[in-house]
Amino acid sequence: MTVRVQQAPFALGAELDSFAAGRTDMGAIVSFTGVVRDVATGDLDVMEIEHYPGMTERAIGKIVDEAKARWSLGDALVIHRYGRMGPGDRIMMVATAAPHRVDAFAAAEFLMDYLKSRAPFWKKEISGAGASWVAATDEDEAALTRW
Amino acid sequence: MKLDVLYFAWLRERIGLSQERIETEARTVAELVSELRAREDRYDLAFSDLSAIRVAVDQDLTEFDAELTDAREVAFFPPMTGG
Repeated sequence: MTVRVQQAPFALGAELDSFAAGRTDMGAIVSFTGVVRDVATGDLDVMEIEHYPGMTERAIGKIVDEAKARWSLGDALVIHRYGRMGPGDRIMMVATAAPHRVDAFAAAEFLMDYLKSRAPFWKKEISGAGASWVAATDEDEAALTRW
Repeated sequence: MKLDVLYFAWLRERIGLSQERIETEARTVAELVSELRAREDRYDLAFSDLSAIRVAVDQDLTEFDAELTDAREVAFFPPMTGG
């Protein structure tokens, strides 16, 4: 299980190649990538992501442990960036490896739902209209109840 | 008791600090919040709606009625928006 919180961009293909390398016991590898989306005003310049160093790694570690306890999971990878990003940049990725796809998909969705509202990250959108913090939504919180 | 108090996102901006060390006798997070609010308007304003604020004690997410016995670090922040 690998958790990385970093400022630097990551190479999606290389990360997945290395995650999948040498696994003969895992029939399924699922991955999700979060991308900076320019949806609100169409003139987003920068997405700034702040986090809580120390707690972030710890909180994600707990979420990954919980996923391991719930599903038959061979491995998991979480990379989440912080700092300044532009539209189209990749914010984060999750990958799961499991003997069967049902576990790999479910664990990846669980990780995403919990990362959204239980890992200490905050997004700020800076556009021509000014800067504003992205508000958490009721849907994000409600998504946790299905687990 | 000496405590490191951390603020993130809009709480950090409203209070104008990311971190401070304070001397307090507060027994719970709620008591600590009352103490902070009594200090200055910027704290009072930042903490005016507790439903919009989350708290972590020693880097574990908790509730406002949590006790501060042996705590070293308390962090306040808005609901998280990762992913």
